Amino acid sequence: MAIVPSIPDEQAPAAAAAASPGARRPRRERSSVWPYLFLSPFLAVFAVFGLIPVVQSLVLSFHVTSGPSAMEFVGLANFAFLLEDPDFHTAVINTIVFTAASLLIQIPLGLALAVLLNEPSLRFRNLFRFAFFVPHLVGAAFAAVLFTQVLAPRFGLMNRALGAIGLPDDTRWLQNADLVMPAVILVATWLGTGFNMIYFLAALQSVDRSLYEAATVDGAGSFARFRNVTLPGIRPVLIFVIVITTIFSFRVFELPWLLNGGMPGPDNSGLFIITYLYQNGFILGDLGYASAIGWVLTIGVVALALVQIRISRTTAEGAS
Amino acid sequence: MTARRIVILALKYTALSIAALVTMSPLIWMASATVRPPERFYDYDFFPPLDDWSLESYRSLFRSINFFAYLLNSVFVAGVTVVAQILLASMGGFALAKYRFAGKKLVMLLMLSTMVIPAEVMLAPQYQIVQALGLMDTTAGLILPTAVSVFGVFLFRQAILGVPDELLQAARIDGCADFTIYWRIALPLVRPMVGAFCLIAFMGSWNSFVWPIIVLHRDEMFTLPIGVSKMIGVYREDYGAMMAGTFLSILPVIALFFALQREFVSGLTSGAVKG
Repeated sequence: MAIVPSIPDEQAPAAAAAASPGARRPRRERSSVWPYLFLSPFLAVFAVFGLIPVVQSLVLSFHVTSGPSAMEFVGLANFAFLLEDPDFHTAVINTIVFTAASLLIQIPLGLALAVLLNEPSLRFRNLFRFAFFVPHLVGAAFAAVLFTQVLAPRFGLMNRALGAIGLPDDTRWLQNADLVMPAVILVATWLGTGFNMIYFLAALQSVDRSLYEAATVDGAGSFARFRNVTLPGIRPVLIFVIVITTIFSFRVFELPWLLNGGMPGPDNSGLFIITYLYQNGFILGDLGYASAIGWVLTIGVVALALVQIRISRTTAEGAS
Repeated sequence: MTARRIVILALKYTALSIAALVTMSPLIWMASATVRPPERFYDYDFFPPLDDWSLESYRSLFRSINFFAYLLNSVFVAGVTVVAQILLASMGGFALAKYRFAGKKLVMLLMLSTMVIPAEVMLAPQYQIVQALGLMDTTAGLILPTAVSVFGVFLFRQAILGVPDELLQAARIDGCADFTIYWRIALPLVRPMVGAFCLIAFMGSWNSFVWPIIVLHRDEMFTLPIGVSKMIGVYREDYGAMMAGTFLSILPVIALFFALQREFVSGLTSGAVKG
């Protein structure tokens, strides 16, 4: 199922014209030195900055480090300590709350916008699409700088807008421990929804139009059409978006970090897993503990992605 | 029936317009904050009337931080990163798409297994390696770990799989060396992927924060996200200058998006569906 017209379709005529009729061969022939030459620049950098670091971080997670070279083997002590570290618990709980909120808000919202944009007769579609997508171009770091001002107590856009519709206009969003999480979720929604929408829109456009006509003939209302035609049609993309939203949300760092002025926020309300990794590894200098945090995060992310894929498979079987 | 349809259509446009307004308003507000005169900053919610525009916030920005140095660093780092990622990823993708060779399965397996590991796991060892190589606080130390994109190799492999073998075969019969086949035939044929990946790689480098803040220490080495975001602490009261710095920093990405828009959307979504 190809959403995008893929390259072979466009180039096929040219290829047929260029290839001599008798020279058909199933595949490129015997191995030569060329594939290794083509791969070697990538593999060299990948080995030094990808493969070795993965192995080394596993090694590090069993050590305590201080300074560049001082390493002491401690076995599983880092992981045991993590289990009882109250700050790490705060970081994990905050990350889970943030991820759940991201999934529950960004995915329905992105899907709703895509459905509205998919209306065939819609005008200004490109304009709307750009408006929804542009926050993704801003990126988390600059968005955080922008929203320190948007959420500023006195003159920020947020409080001015709330005041204009008669709500309290003096909320201290980023100074109140109870409001830091809603603020981070708000900015993440602003950043991520349009990105999801692009995927949903592409998926919606690939759903066979004749299925809708057939459903209408069978008397299906618009909700029934959405449930029985649209959702099954976009299922692979929906799963993909759920999985990457989960992974991105688990890795949140610079957004809460910068919103809180390079700190974990009042009462650690903006402390997330990567925040804690960064603090331990690069402010306190314990690269071993930081690596242990990283591997706990990895296990969590991989487990969650597998569960999501498993659930979506079983519901797919149940529905069909 | 027609009246009902008109109402539904009106509701749809209203919903879309409100959503677009809410999404765009922080950006429009930011642009307006950069041209308000500082002494009457609070008199306006959005843009002041034209005769009260002021560029003082930009002057203040250039006085308070080394904006142009950061801009130059960002342009250089992003430029080198994009070119390196495209070259390494497309050559690797070409090898994996069009050759059979010993060790291919192993290479793909190693690449796939690192893809499921969050990049932050590698921060600590990458820091140690860059330090061991004596590259802390250098542009090389900043760029090298980000010069490879495993995701990029898979994107290019996917795209190059679509290039017909016959075409490459014909070029070979005409006496082209393998590098010429890659450079002159395969790469031009996957131009949409080059365009899409160019924007993805540029955004990744331009907006990146974690690795630069770990590697860079001297102010003159800073890239824009580090340089601009440090204003949050120090120049907290100079709202206009902060917004001016942010506004100027995101303009290049938006410009590049307009240039590569078509390729970007198709490239972004092709990975998801065929993935």
